[in-house]
Amino acid sequence: MLDWGGRRISAIGAVLVNALMRAGFAARFLLAILLNSGTAFRRFGLTIREIYFTGVLSLIIILVSGLFVGMVLGLQGYDTLQRFGASEALGVLVSLSLVRELGPVVGGLLFASRAGSAITAEIGLMKATEQLSAMEMMAVNPIARVVGPRFWAGVISMPLLAAMFSAMGVLGGYVVGVLLIGVDSGSFWSQMQASVDFANDIMNGVIKSIVFGIAVSLIAVFEGYDADPTAEGVSGATTRTVVTSSLAILGLDFILTAFMFRGL
Amino acid sequence: MGCFKIVVLAQRLPTLFSFRTVSSDPLVEIDNVTFAYDQRTILNGINLSIPKGKVVAIMGGSGCGKTTLLRLIGGQVRPSKGAVRVAGQVVNELKQDELYALRRKMGMLFQFGALFTDMSVFDNVAFQMREHTDLPESMIRDLVLMKLHAVGLRGAAHLLPSELSGGMARRVALARAIALDPMLMMYDEPFAGLDPISLGVIGQLIRRLNDALGATSIVVTHDVMESLAIVDYVYFVSAGSIVAEGTPEQIRASEMPFVHQFVKGEPDGPVPFHYPAPDYRDALVGGRNA
Ligand SMILES: Nc1ncnc2c1ncn2[C@@H]1O[C@H](COP(=O)(O)OP(=O)(O)OP(=O)(O)O)[C@@H](O)[C@H]1O
Ligand SMILES: [Mg+2]
Repeated sequence: MLDWGGRRISAIGAVLVNALMRAGFAARFLLAILLNSGTAFRRFGLTIREIYFTGVLSLIIILVSGLFVGMVLGLQGYDTLQRFGASEALGVLVSLSLVRELGPVVGGLLFASRAGSAITAEIGLMKATEQLSAMEMMAVNPIARVVGPRFWAGVISMPLLAAMFSAMGVLGGYVVGVLLIGVDSGSFWSQMQASVDFANDIMNGVIKSIVFGIAVSLIAVFEGYDADPTAEGVSGATTRTVVTSSLAILGLDFILTAFMFRGL
Repeated sequence: MGCFKIVVLAQRLPTLFSFRTVSSDPLVEIDNVTFAYDQRTILNGINLSIPKGKVVAIMGGSGCGKTTLLRLIGGQVRPSKGAVRVAGQVVNELKQDELYALRRKMGMLFQFGALFTDMSVFDNVAFQMREHTDLPESMIRDLVLMKLHAVGLRGAAHLLPSELSGGMARRVALARAIALDPMLMMYDEPFAGLDPISLGVIGQLIRRLNDALGATSIVVTHDVMESLAIVDYVYFVSAGSIVAEGTPEQIRASEMPFVHQFVKGEPDGPVPFHYPAPDYRDALVGGRNA
């Protein structure tokens, strides 16, 4: 018999082992998706359709959020910069924050909760209603026909959405900083142009958003495909998609930032 | 329209010239198969064979493993012992691509329809044609309308599955299952939820399709009278194995208590109505005391 502490420790161990096992399943699932990706590209219409559902329908929330985040950055940035007499650098601050961090990260978080959860729920419900079984019986591989296009649609949409988030954010910063507060428009744009580096800032942001896109899409399709075929199973999987992808985005962001901007 | 007629004619050809010989070598053989979900044994050393060209019914109480049997034949679950053979191939030993090649020749009507909810009725029936053939869209249109016409739902082609009634959804699923004229058709309760008129029509459809295409059909059903009218042979499953079998005449004449109970629909007999459970009285009385 284990005492209370012993049971606690073994419970923690079980959670860790379980998490590790699911990570292993997810890795094998990724491999299966990659091996069965032919359909998603040969019949690109399938992927386009999913890009519409995951990407285009996420546009509203991405654009509006980007605008507000940029406007807040404008207010906060101006407040801090003017203490050092550097309010002309507002454009730099706003754009660097957005393309390096907020575009990919906040865009990714929004993408996970808007599109990731929808993908999980859809695939989970298809499983619960035996649609995936039926497809298998019709000699159509559901990983190629259902999962692949959704995965690639997410991977393609995410960097585009992050870029649009950043663009809207810069616009928001401009509206608040230049139009409302009165920072000089010329220096706002020219300083931004001079200090934002294409390879170091923009490309690194794009790389981040691609990595987040892969992570969120994989988590979303995996949780859906792995869901228990019941109502609770699907709702639990949907929740897990949002929680796991958010944590994955923030964790990956730290690792990627450490490599990119510290020159490790 | 011309091409529609040709397709219909082509489907009738085998019967017109009746070169199809009803051979008795089996298309499906279940050889001493044992299957368990987790710990619970569902099928226990079951043996049965389905001859080519025949329509065979599988009957048995609810939860006795009929759907599981069809899943074994389709290779969706694998037996823990024994072999499932379809057209000479051992299904439970096939690799994925071989299994998919075999499944192209099978059609399955799922017990709960399993229609693709994001596609219209038309696209559901057209699904396999688009996935597996290079037929031009005009030909697919004719074929799909023909299949839908056969189940009486040509007019519902544009509806979504969510707009269908239960019986309509089942008939669409049936049209989808026969879309590519498979050599082996498996119907899981094709008559459930149908009114008496559709029931008769669907029963005849299953029979006619089978004969016109020289296919083989397995019908899982509870509809004793309807199925005895159309099938060649009947298997009764109970407690994980075959307890009775025979032609419809033999079944009707059978004095076996099991068959008798089933055909007459009597509650008392060898077939238990209840899922295994402790004594009811004990559960009522003991549950409160415990
Ligand atoms: N996925 C599963 N996991 C565990 N047990 C299952 C599963 N599917 C079915 N079973 C069990 O297997 C048994 C046989 O199920 P099956 O669906 O084959 O029955 P059936 O003969 O088709 O019944 P019905 O006529 O009601 O459709 C049932 O007792 C059921 O409890
Ligand atoms: Mg069943």
